[in-house]
Amino acid sequence: MKTFRIGGIHPAENKFAAGKKIITAALPGQVVIPLAHYIGTPADPVVKRGDIVKVGQIIGQASGFISANVHSSVSGKVVKLDVQLDASGYKRPAVFIEVDGDEWLETIDRNPEIKRECTLSKQEIIEKIKAAGIVGLGGATFPAHVKLMPPPGKKAEVLIINAVECESYLTCDHQLMMEHGEEILIGVTILMKALEVNRAIIGVENNKKDAIQLLKKLAADYKGIEVEALKVRYPQGGEKQLIDALIRRQVPSGRIPVEVGAVVQNVATTYAIYEAVQKNKPMVERVMTITGKDAPNPGNYRVRLGTYLSNVVEEAGGVPEGTGKIVGGGPMMGRSLMNLNIPMAKGSSGVVFIRDAEAIRKPVQNCIRCTKCVTVCPMGLEPYLLMAQSERNMWTEMEANRTMDCLECGSCSYTCPSNRPLLDYIRFGKSTVGGIIRSRTAK
Amino acid sequence: MLTDLILSFFITTMNVVLISLITLGVIGAVAAIILFVVAKKFHVFEDPRIDEVEAALPAANCGGCGFPGCRGFADACVKSDELGDLFCPVGGNDTMAKVAAILGKTAVAQAPKVAVVRCDGTCEHRPRYNEYDGVKHCFIAHNLYSGETNCSWGCLGFGDCELSCEFDAIKVNPVTMIPEVDDDKCTACGACVRACPKLLIELRKKGPKGRRIYVGCRNEDKGHITKKACDVGCIGCAKCFKVCPHEAITVGNNLAFINDEACKLCRKCVEVCPTNAIKEINFPPRKVKEEEAVAAE
Repeated sequence: MKTFRIGGIHPAENKFAAGKKIITAALPGQVVIPLAHYIGTPADPVVKRGDIVKVGQIIGQASGFISANVHSSVSGKVVKLDVQLDASGYKRPAVFIEVDGDEWLETIDRNPEIKRECTLSKQEIIEKIKAAGIVGLGGATFPAHVKLMPPPGKKAEVLIINAVECESYLTCDHQLMMEHGEEILIGVTILMKALEVNRAIIGVENNKKDAIQLLKKLAADYKGIEVEALKVRYPQGGEKQLIDALIRRQVPSGRIPVEVGAVVQNVATTYAIYEAVQKNKPMVERVMTITGKDAPNPGNYRVRLGTYLSNVVEEAGGVPEGTGKIVGGGPMMGRSLMNLNIPMAKGSSGVVFIRDAEAIRKPVQNCIRCTKCVTVCPMGLEPYLLMAQSERNMWTEMEANRTMDCLECGSCSYTCPSNRPLLDYIRFGKSTVGGIIRSRTAK
Repeated sequence: MLTDLILSFFITTMNVVLISLITLGVIGAVAAIILFVVAKKFHVFEDPRIDEVEAALPAANCGGCGFPGCRGFADACVKSDELGDLFCPVGGNDTMAKVAAILGKTAVAQAPKVAVVRCDGTCEHRPRYNEYDGVKHCFIAHNLYSGETNCSWGCLGFGDCELSCEFDAIKVNPVTMIPEVDDDKCTACGACVRACPKLLIELRKKGPKGRRIYVGCRNEDKGHITKKACDVGCIGCAKCFKVCPHEAITVGNNLAFINDEACKLCRKCVEVCPTNAIKEINFPPRKVKEEEAVAAE
């Protein structure tokens, strides 16, 4: 069975919510829709206080190349435009909307029937995806249309669908594949048309055998779509790792995947693209997992964007007793949340309750030079060295040691027997070196 | 027969010794000549005054002057025509006068400065809502999120400033979790200013008898958000701006700022501030007005 060649770990899977049917969460009383995403510039608001909006109406206009439109996820009245503490840990601009009924824009096709034919041209498809504000739903929230427009001179040869879901605990993508397999495959054909490629590979980790079986059966009807089972290994969902696992090509340091002829899209993004292109439905809701070892009701919920996480968690049975940390996203790459009064954004793939005893960081000891971190690093870096350099502010050396290649997967910190906070220091160094590089290129 | 043998052996040995001595001598002489010529040819002239100036400097090598160490500063002093822009914050006006005397230039006297921490968000004034469990380093915490309190502008309290200080002048108070500056030790070298990721530390005029007034807050959020997060935050109400007779106060981005050049230390702004965000340092206690004293009795 295929997997990527360098490094990787296998944390306990703990997929408690696997096989749980997607539940549509109740409409909240108020939503707060963030205008900024993890990556890229915030959208410019196009509504003002007192405006009446419908579901799917645009409220934030993309304000740059790497930026995405934001739409209202509910119908109601705009209460205010203000800052809101979001999952990034900082207060950022957001639109506050008071919910009144559930009225959708007339252009959106809400008929659950599957629409197979797509007669649009390549350009029209990309325009529709851009207008619908689709971003990568794996967590990085990179605008999806940007990936479909390779830089001049580069040509994609193969489309890779990331259905790996290598993070432990999370099951939302798995359940989405089980319930909307057909739509996802139509989404893949739309993407293939937009990229003008005739080969697509869906990579699924082997702990989702039912999904592999289902997709293989469905893919038999489509030309050029392969479904590949992959060995369970973290971080296989990393773009560069998945490309290596599936087509055995390595993306050079500092380059983008299309330079080796591959474009990667997440499976949830593919579903959102199907809805945007075939049903005119912009990005207004997504599936997220609420789970944890003691969670009363681990499950997958379809939630409107901007719903406070506290509302969803309440619906899923509340915060279990003895919770030490609540993590937004997967336990490896997610961030612990300061509180639950945080609106869910396009990149919120889950909420994980971590037990008290597991949440506490163990005391840091000295590095014993065991090189475990070097062995597990999927980018072939030397985390112990980068941490030492970050501690001593040796930015030039860090840049030379390819710190910018780090994908912040946390395998090094996970595996360190001395509990050293490797990733914390590398992330700090990475942001500093990134700033230095940006100021250098700006000159 | 035996003596012949000993004699010939002696002569051969002597030859070897002689040859070695001569060869080494020649090599030594040639090397000496080469070294002499090279030393003459590539001699770098260094102004002897640089050494003199360096001896007069405090040898803290803190970089507060903007040059790499005291020698770098001495070099700059010797090379520049005027001492106007050059100032050693550690040595102050006395040291600069000495340097000026050595070089025969005139030093411009500068008002002594001191670092002030523009945050008073102690545990009492600014409740903590979450617990930070990561690396106890301000820069790393700042990189991750806004901090343990609801104020995303205030002090994180992990002491990057304390680590950066070479003079032991700034210390995080373990009770309040806010750094405090020791006026006597602080040399205004600016190391803590560069170390603080929240940009809270500022070098301000030390003032007569160390008296100074400043806004102890950097929160640019709207007033109600600031007020909810912290009892002593500046809410940008501009009362101080209106009352200031010297036009020393500006208000922008929901935050007041006092210009230390224009401030005459009249303390009117301190009285009107509704949140006590304006700090007065080293002033004698205020005289209680008569009516108030009577009322208190």
